[in-house]
Amino acid sequence: MDRVRWTAIGKIALAVWMAVVIILAFLMPAQNLGSLGQAARVIFFHIPSAWVTVVAFMISSVFSILYLVKRRRVDDHRAVNASVLGVVFCILATVTGAIFATITWGSPWNWDPRETTIFFLLLFYAAYFVLRSAVADEERRAVFSGAYNVLGLVVVPFLVFIAPRLSVLAGLHPEPLINVRGELDMDWRALVIFLSSLAGFTGIFGWSYSLANRVSRLQDEILEQD
Amino acid sequence: MSELWAWFVAAWAVCAKDLRSEFRTRYALSAIGLFAITTLTVISFALGPFGLEQDLLAALLWVVLFFAAMAGLSRVFVHEEESKTAPALRLAAPASAVYLGKYLFNLVLLLLLEVLIVPLFIVMMGLQVGNFGLFALVLLLGNLGLAGATTIIAAMVSQASARGALFTVLSFPLLLPLLISTIEGTRLTLAQAELASPWPSFQVLLAYAVAMVTVSLMLFPAIWTE
Repeated sequence: MDRVRWTAIGKIALAVWMAVVIILAFLMPAQNLGSLGQAARVIFFHIPSAWVTVVAFMISSVFSILYLVKRRRVDDHRAVNASVLGVVFCILATVTGAIFATITWGSPWNWDPRETTIFFLLLFYAAYFVLRSAVADEERRAVFSGAYNVLGLVVVPFLVFIAPRLSVLAGLHPEPLINVRGELDMDWRALVIFLSSLAGFTGIFGWSYSLANRVSRLQDEILEQD
Repeated sequence: MSELWAWFVAAWAVCAKDLRSEFRTRYALSAIGLFAITTLTVISFALGPFGLEQDLLAALLWVVLFFAAMAGLSRVFVHEEESKTAPALRLAAPASAVYLGKYLFNLVLLLLLEVLIVPLFIVMMGLQVGNFGLFALVLLLGNLGLAGATTIIAAMVSQASARGALFTVLSFPLLLPLLISTIEGTRLTLAQAELASPWPSFQVLLAYAVAMVTVSLMLFPAIWTE
């Protein structure tokens, strides 16, 4: 009884929290956001989305490795659910980023390092789901998608750390976002809203993830009873 | 020590078997060779009398090589499954030796492809190579990574459905860092490149190849054994 009550309170609190964050994100006077003006409001949504998708990818990889080592079906479910949520937030991050890029730099896509990384993540998730749908046997499907997840994990450091150093991609646009969200330029009020948004997005992900895992577990139990 | 040697002998036996059967039928080599020649001809024909700047040509070379690789490198495993010789192969050699043999075969295939295509490309498209030694080194390192990423994907795809499309879909996200680095490295070995050093790209390529082969060797037994 207590647990149910606490989770109900938590859910409502999360909803109220996000509502307040969204309202404040738009009410905040634009001057406090630095030189970018109204367009800078996107950082309250774009960066948390990107953050959540990266976290989801990491979680999915961890459970994929766990599955490959221990071969427990529940780990495979956890990996897939993390990927599903990850792709949702990845699409959000890409779209909000493209909107911001159009406003600030004139064109929605320019292959600078961060854009390339998020695009890679989107492609990778899509490939992951295509792989899953192409394998009929359940155990093979779990092994293959787990292995593919690990391969993706190996590739990510190359994109994140090394591609920006190569001259072709780097010189195009220095991203002002790095300065805005860095230590120096962000007004403390904007920083508070930003961190609250980050916490809220993470909360939404955590809650959706636990729901998805419970659904998977229940599906397994129903299947086992047949 | 003798166990390691036996392992190498097994890997070499797998590679030699593939080379021998390939030499008899020349099936894979014809497929990717003709595919690359066709692509090159289409590009050259479409351009007509107009030239392309050297940077673009460096990228175009890798586009041609990439698509040729997608056409032909999955054959190592798909052929085994289709001709039902895969179970025999599973019995004949340990999994990691099978992987190494197939990897070496894919490397040879890529090498032969480049021996065919690169001179043609230089002649037909007017590529001006500044430093042939470094140019060859970029191609070699790119091959190591290309074969490293695609061999294990080929193993997964051979046991799934929708093999042709699936192979490209799965390989491209993993090959993205490789393509970025090889195009950059190739560009810097051309005659008209700026005086930047291509060595950072070489380091990335070598690191990529080592990482992919190592992870593939670890993952392959799980994928290969049923």
